[in-house]
Amino acid sequence: MTIDTPAVHVPRPHAKVRRATKSSWAGLAVIVVLLLAAPAVPYVLDKGVQGSLVTLFSLIVMATMWNLLAGYGGMLSIGQQAYVGIGAYALVYISDTIGLDPFMAVPLAVVIAGLFAYPISFLAFRLSGGYFAIGTWVIAVVLMQITLQIPALGGGIGVTFTGFSDLTPGRRIAYVYWLSLVGVALAVAVTYWIMRSRLGLGFTAIRDDETAAASLGVRVTRSKRFVFVVAAMGSGLAGAMIAANTLRVQPDSIFSVNYAVFMIFIVVIGGIGTIEGPILGAIVFFALQQWLSDLGAWYLVILGVIAIVITLFLPRGLWGLVSGDGRIRLFPVGYRLVRAAPEP
Amino acid sequence: MQWINAIIQGVLLGGLYALLAAGLSLMFGVMRIVNLAHGALAILAAYIGLVIVQGTGVSPFIAMVAVVPIMAGIGYVLQWGIFNRALRMGGLAPLLGAFGLAVVLTQLMQLKFTTDSQSLQTGSLSIASIRITEQISIGVLPLITFAAGVIVIFGLQMFLSKAPLGRAMRAASDDSETVPLMGIDNRQVYALSTAIALGTVGIAGMFLGMRGNFDPNYGQAMLIFAFEAVIIGGLGSLWGTLAGGMVLGVAQALGSQMNPSYGVLVGNLVFLLILAFRPTGLLPKAVTT
Amino acid sequence: MTLLSLSGVDVHYGDFQAIYGIDLNVAEGETLAVIGANGAGKSTLLKAIAGQVRASAGTIAFDGVDVTALPAHKRVPLGIALTPEGRRIFKSLTVEENLLVGAHSKRPGPWNLRAVYEAFPLVADRKDRLGTNLSGGEQQAAAIGRALMSNPRLLLLDEVSLGLAPVVVEQIYAALPTITGQGTTVLVVEQDVNQSMRVADRVQCLLEGRTVLEGAPSDLTRDQIASAYFGI
Ligand SMILES: Nc1ncnc2c1ncn2[C@@H]1O[C@H](COP(=O)(O)OP(=O)(O)OP(=O)(O)O)[C@@H](O)[C@H]1O
Ligand SMILES: [Mg+2]
Repeated sequence: MTIDTPAVHVPRPHAKVRRATKSSWAGLAVIVVLLLAAPAVPYVLDKGVQGSLVTLFSLIVMATMWNLLAGYGGMLSIGQQAYVGIGAYALVYISDTIGLDPFMAVPLAVVIAGLFAYPISFLAFRLSGGYFAIGTWVIAVVLMQITLQIPALGGGIGVTFTGFSDLTPGRRIAYVYWLSLVGVALAVAVTYWIMRSRLGLGFTAIRDDETAAASLGVRVTRSKRFVFVVAAMGSGLAGAMIAANTLRVQPDSIFSVNYAVFMIFIVVIGGIGTIEGPILGAIVFFALQQWLSDLGAWYLVILGVIAIVITLFLPRGLWGLVSGDGRIRLFPVGYRLVRAAPEP
Repeated sequence: MQWINAIIQGVLLGGLYALLAAGLSLMFGVMRIVNLAHGALAILAAYIGLVIVQGTGVSPFIAMVAVVPIMAGIGYVLQWGIFNRALRMGGLAPLLGAFGLAVVLTQLMQLKFTTDSQSLQTGSLSIASIRITEQISIGVLPLITFAAGVIVIFGLQMFLSKAPLGRAMRAASDDSETVPLMGIDNRQVYALSTAIALGTVGIAGMFLGMRGNFDPNYGQAMLIFAFEAVIIGGLGSLWGTLAGGMVLGVAQALGSQMNPSYGVLVGNLVFLLILAFRPTGLLPKAVTT
Repeated sequence: MTLLSLSGVDVHYGDFQAIYGIDLNVAEGETLAVIGANGAGKSTLLKAIAGQVRASAGTIAFDGVDVTALPAHKRVPLGIALTPEGRRIFKSLTVEENLLVGAHSKRPGPWNLRAVYEAFPLVADRKDRLGTNLSGGEQQAAAIGRALMSNPRLLLLDEVSLGLAPVVVEQIYAALPTITGQGTTVLVVEQDVNQSMRVADRVQCLLEGRTVLEGAPSDLTRDQIASAYFGI
């Protein structure tokens, strides 16, 4: 028996490692323009549109966070509505019962969602794969059932958010809009930052081969826990946005598994494992929701069928389709090997 | 006395949960697929039974004879249509496919049957009971359900250990890459596994409909209860699943005894406690085989 | 008569090409040994013959029938059986159950439980033991027995001696005459050149996915083999 040294691929001398591509510069330009224009929306568009945009933003936040968890972390959760609910209740409780400024209450609500997620992760991480998925769901159900029993949170009736009630409706919706705009920008930026960090690289390794990654010193469980907590905080943010937008928080609806359904469908349709996918998916989902709203329950049937078909035939989703399987990137997270022209 | 009664009811209820969980356990054991559409499929079986009962006037027990092969057929088709392909895609595809299926099925059932609760009428059987003492009596239908659970689990266990197809399923579970070298088509073994799993779901769904009310959204709770039974009992062990179902049933019954609205919550909490302190379940595979 | 015939077979794993334009012929009843260093492509070649990987170019004919496009499970009924590298015994099945799974195709022939137990006393003694509790040698013998249960016309053996004590290797190879005596054609892959030379009618040496030498053991010199094996 002979033992070979493993083949090591040494990059050629004339190759460079690059992250940004031409299209990512173009993407950056588009994003900058959008970010510059977006804050002006309340001065230009009416309240209804702003409310819809807040809903869209909350979908983008939820989907981005679910994608961080599943698309990068490999953890398929059907229980992120737990943190949507926690974020929503925390916002209302902190601002209305404790009396803190709502703008302070939102970051606190986000932190509280993270504080719940940390111990919960120890429980959930005892399960893996599909059982992890159902386990997270059970935990969300239990949180809802407990909420029902807490009079301070309004029991089954829920609570009304009054933190902005001294504002005129126009003002209020504008504030919520700006808040959500900051929220969505932060959620995407944080995800992008995580994926570009060492941790993100570790995740790519974990996704490809967990055992091998572990043997190479990637701290698998710690990295997963970190992402689990961040994703919960993001979902908590979305919950706070929803509460501030709709003003009503009810256990049945804020802890509804439908949020998980939306997150999953959006990410699958948009393209799992990319930053752009969930954003595109949320826009498509939102458009379909408006467009198919007359169809009632049929719209979920149609979305479900689309999600199944995409899962089976188009695993990179719509973003994979429009980007030509990753050649175009607005947010380059991987590295590309570029062969430079040999020097003369 | 009420408490003893609750425990007995809980054990019998556990038979139903074990019946529900058997198919989930089987699919996971053979293919490592956690069929998130399991609960929705159980409800589908109940509705198919309802349509047959209403259409022909036969008893639900007769209808079951038709429901089981129909569900098995659906399983066979689903495996070839969705899961075999999803398994080939790898990663999260099987879970995502199953989840999509669960949502689509639930919505379709809502469209067809509305969200009104339904039940399968069993006539005098639904109130028949065996009196043990003044305060304790055992319902005949719950007893039959429990017996069905035990029989199905025993039958599956025998099938897996003795039948050539059961052997092939265990081989596929051990090492799916090597199975084709034996001249066995994995995908066909998988399709038959899912057919059998959904056959048991057909039985479970019918008993579910006979024992109580159901509506399209009830599938979610059924998936969760089946899952809890599997995890409490320990992965990969069918007898464990039966034990797990009974623990869950007793927990729920005792919870309801405390306060009618606590049943499910107490069941969930007991599940979480077991997950926290005995994550391998009560009868993990290594101990029972 | 040629039983197995490969012409111009390429195999890729993704972008990586493991074997290049391999031609190979085995006559009925012959024993061919394929030798080569680690990573030469021997296992890949056997997998291509058994249908576990697809040939991306070239054809594979078995008994005159083109089987290139057939999946593995459809080649077994034709009479191709592979004992894979690493044995791959089903761990939660007993030895006897492993053998029974091997008989799934129900091909008629001389091999059945009794015949396997006779040829491999090592296996007979352990028939009720779970696969997970077998030693390496027992696993190897059981894996060969499992392949024989399909009554193959062509038996492919990958690295029989890998990691086994010489005594055990001897015991296992002692069964080879019984197997070939039934008219079974055997294709063995071994890194142990001496072992291959002893059992084979002909050897074919692979280097980095290409055939670099072939011939009857008696016609080849040690130097020829050494230079083909190491590519020097
Ligand atoms: N599943 C796979 N994916 C990618 N590359 C593979 C795979 N299997 C084998 N290879 C590569 O194909 C080449 C040939 O491998 P193969 O296993 O056929 O070699 P071998 O001659 O059997 O080696 P050994 O003596 O070590 O068993 C090697 O370079 C190996 O790295
Ligand atoms: Mg090899």
